[in-house]
Amino acid sequence: MTTTAQGPERESLELDRVTIRFAGDSGDGMQLTGTQFTRTAAVFGNDISTFPDYPAEIRAPAGSLPGVSGFQISFSASDIHTPGDAPDVLVAMNPAALKTNVVDLPPGGALIVNSDAFTPSNLSKAAYTANPLTDGTLKQYKLFQVPISTLNARALEGLEMTSKQVDLTKNFFALGLMFWLYERSMEPTLKWIDQKFGSRPVIAEANRRALQAGYSYGDTTEMFHETYRVPKARLAPGTYRNITGNEATALGFLAAAHAAQRPLFYGSYPITPASDILHQLSAYKTFGVKTFQAEDEIAAIGATIGAAYGGSLALTGTSGPGVALKTEAMGLAVMTELPIVIVNVQRAGPSTGLPTKVEQADLFQAIFGRNGEAPMPVVAPATPAECFTFAVEASRLALKYMTPVMYLSDAFVGNGAEPWRVPAVGELPDISVPNAVKGEGTFLPYGRDPETLSRPWAVPGTPGLEHRIGGLEKLHGLGTVSYDADNHHRMTVLRRDKVAGIARDIPDLEVFGPGQGELLILGWGSTYGAIRSAVERLQAEGKSVAQAHLRYLFPFPENTGDVLRRYRTVLVPELNLGQLWFVIRGTYLVDAVSYGKVRGKPFRISEIVDEANRLLAERS
Amino acid sequence: MTDIVTPAAPAKLTRKDFVAEQEVRWCPGCGDYSILAQTQKVMPDFGVPKENIVFISGIGCSGRLPYYMNTYGFHSIHGRAPTLATGLKLARPELMVWVITGDGDALSIGGNHFLHSMRRNVDFTMVMHNNRIYGLTKGQTSPTSEFGKRTKSTPMGSVDRPVMPLTLALAAEATFVARTVDTHTEHMQHTLEAAGRHRGASYIEVLQNCNIFNDGAWREFTERDVRDDRMLVLEHGKPLIFGKDRDKGIRLNGLHPEVVTIGEDGVTEADLMVHDQHAEDPYLALMLSRMFWPEYPVPVGVLREVERPTHSDLVDEQIEQAIAKSGPGDLAKALLAGETWTVE
Repeated sequence: MTTTAQGPERESLELDRVTIRFAGDSGDGMQLTGTQFTRTAAVFGNDISTFPDYPAEIRAPAGSLPGVSGFQISFSASDIHTPGDAPDVLVAMNPAALKTNVVDLPPGGALIVNSDAFTPSNLSKAAYTANPLTDGTLKQYKLFQVPISTLNARALEGLEMTSKQVDLTKNFFALGLMFWLYERSMEPTLKWIDQKFGSRPVIAEANRRALQAGYSYGDTTEMFHETYRVPKARLAPGTYRNITGNEATALGFLAAAHAAQRPLFYGSYPITPASDILHQLSAYKTFGVKTFQAEDEIAAIGATIGAAYGGSLALTGTSGPGVALKTEAMGLAVMTELPIVIVNVQRAGPSTGLPTKVEQADLFQAIFGRNGEAPMPVVAPATPAECFTFAVEASRLALKYMTPVMYLSDAFVGNGAEPWRVPAVGELPDISVPNAVKGEGTFLPYGRDPETLSRPWAVPGTPGLEHRIGGLEKLHGLGTVSYDADNHHRMTVLRRDKVAGIARDIPDLEVFGPGQGELLILGWGSTYGAIRSAVERLQAEGKSVAQAHLRYLFPFPENTGDVLRRYRTVLVPELNLGQLWFVIRGTYLVDAVSYGKVRGKPFRISEIVDEANRLLAERS
Repeated sequence: MTDIVTPAAPAKLTRKDFVAEQEVRWCPGCGDYSILAQTQKVMPDFGVPKENIVFISGIGCSGRLPYYMNTYGFHSIHGRAPTLATGLKLARPELMVWVITGDGDALSIGGNHFLHSMRRNVDFTMVMHNNRIYGLTKGQTSPTSEFGKRTKSTPMGSVDRPVMPLTLALAAEATFVARTVDTHTEHMQHTLEAAGRHRGASYIEVLQNCNIFNDGAWREFTERDVRDDRMLVLEHGKPLIFGKDRDKGIRLNGLHPEVVTIGEDGVTEADLMVHDQHAEDPYLALMLSRMFWPEYPVPVGVLREVERPTHSDLVDEQIEQAIAKSGPGDLAKALLAGETWTVE
């Protein structure tokens, strides 16, 4: 039992894990609210996992169903891998947000609504025929009706602001209330307000007051009988920061350039959900990073190839539709054997698809999507923090093997956040490779390193190495244009073997759980967290279930076939209709089972558990 | 890793130093031979070590030119040469970059990159071989083909109106815009030299003959016996005079240029327009870019040459400014940006 200075006596309960979803109109600042709560939880020392879910429209009509924006955060005292299947608490800022989100709230869950927003007009925009706050339809939840707009406006009285400006701060009232409910400090957000609105004192004051008003409201009202504590998580020792996948990607490539001792070049065309990488790298001017916002996706990769030709660590970043446009140029990079990295932050397709929603349906495109025999290594980070590691790894492979590399992230891993143990600069691997210099005899632009089969990187400006490259087939060694049939076969096989040989240079596929048994759940990319949590749950139930998660999709780790054959059944859950499954079957003749989902949302843990149980029952 | 040591006093190079070993494979009689020969001839004059020169091309007959230059060369994909050149110049501003292209490559499939590389003032020289036809694909209509042109793909005549390449280059804010002719070898040499020395996006339209699929496309005004009367050689600061007898000129009549004869109707040289290739405003250059045979003599030479900071100048300047303000980037600090906490 605790007592506070002003408030009534109430209990403080300790919880292991809490999942909150903030939902409101896309103009209500839900992403910011979620991000602030995330930072606070992260700095406190919880393990966290987040899932921002926002509409494609920047501002759909206010109050409408398509305009609802959500942000889910799970914070915990123990190790977590997902932002939670279902929220424990739903904060709904208007009827539309309630309608689209309440279906995910389990019975007994806490529902905090801005009751001021439940006007006849807003109810009608959300297609409610009756007010759900009064018609009894929400009785299975713990409903807290808070007149947020009114209370917030009262707290801001006396400030020279329009009523619209005042209304824009109500998200911080909600944030303040949640800080109180979960016994969080307001300090990180107050500090953020000072930094963000330092030059606009009235706005800063308004946000401070809104935050404090929400906090005090929780403390003084008798509506809440409990507050909650989620203790610090036991993370490995080190210095941590909260990081999204896209942030980690940008930072990873910055670090890779350092580790490669080469200038960094990033050519890109704005596209959701990859643009944040362009924004972040554009801010690294003091590192000499050169970013180029091109006229289109093709120019972005064209410039990237040009910069790689000139000796830079060069990348281009986009999402699936952009990769489609870059296809021909990727073939050119394969043919000219120049090192570039193509970052694909996947989103739901085909075509424009669901631009802000997650999907993993570009795996075929990554592995096969070019004309001719055009092999290209493909890697995929599994978590936001892993985006850093794999940015460095993709760069290492590109430089060492003189090849374009596809880096497959997605909207979930790119926008999601988790705590990241910050590595020391000295922990970075040395990924540097030398430029070619003039040696004895004739220079062979397509001569090969006997171990890696990569060709020399002869950058313009190097005396004595003047040579010509291009998209036409090249004569083995000399690199002059060759239409010779046998030479083409030989070069095609060499390019294949070069990329295939990378399998010897990457870690084996690891297994979590029994080394052999009934069921292996095989995944790749951002499904890692849901699969890991599902496997932990199944193992706790005593089931013979293991997890293996591929970070290297082409070529596969050398032991992949061996791992797959050690289990009676292999289940492949993917946010597509069976792309890895198809490749696995084709490569290893393993009769794996596909579990595909393309609903623009990540897997729930329970979906994978249920599918695994169904299979175990069916095949026992 | 990209610091390149150039010899302090490079040995004087000759045309032969720029001739690659690869056998030249254009059709006999193609205008591209002359463009290659003049390019090789002027190259030593720049005093740039050949390892610092890069030729980048797209697809089409013109695309083969880099293979024949004993410099660094990159035969890229259709229409995209300006994009590679843009990235290369950003990464390595000190290199001298030439983009070799054709009317289809630059204006059709690569039209977007043409526009944007020019407006960015990327410091390269684009040499566009304009033969008004698709040659390598064996004779289809191109963006510069005449309206109504009958080709294999337009048996009843093309229904597309042609673009005026020089007008496009000017509209796209190119800082050097010129035209020359494949058979006018000396004029081409001067034009290539001027373009190569210009810092910024230089564009040269070379009227080039495809003797297989569009023979004589420019013959009406480029042939030796008629060219003086049908072409207008532009010289900075000089009046717009042409003709075998140097008695014809261009006068501004209202908003329109008109051809006049000096000595007739009281017209004197003083009435003629005077060429100013350095004019900041583009109006004169735009007017010249629209003049074409048979209504007007066809202007050749430099239409416009103005100084503006190049794309890579501006990018490098921002980097220098950022470093001057905040010091060179510290990776350890960047990794720890934002709020951090320590777990013991």
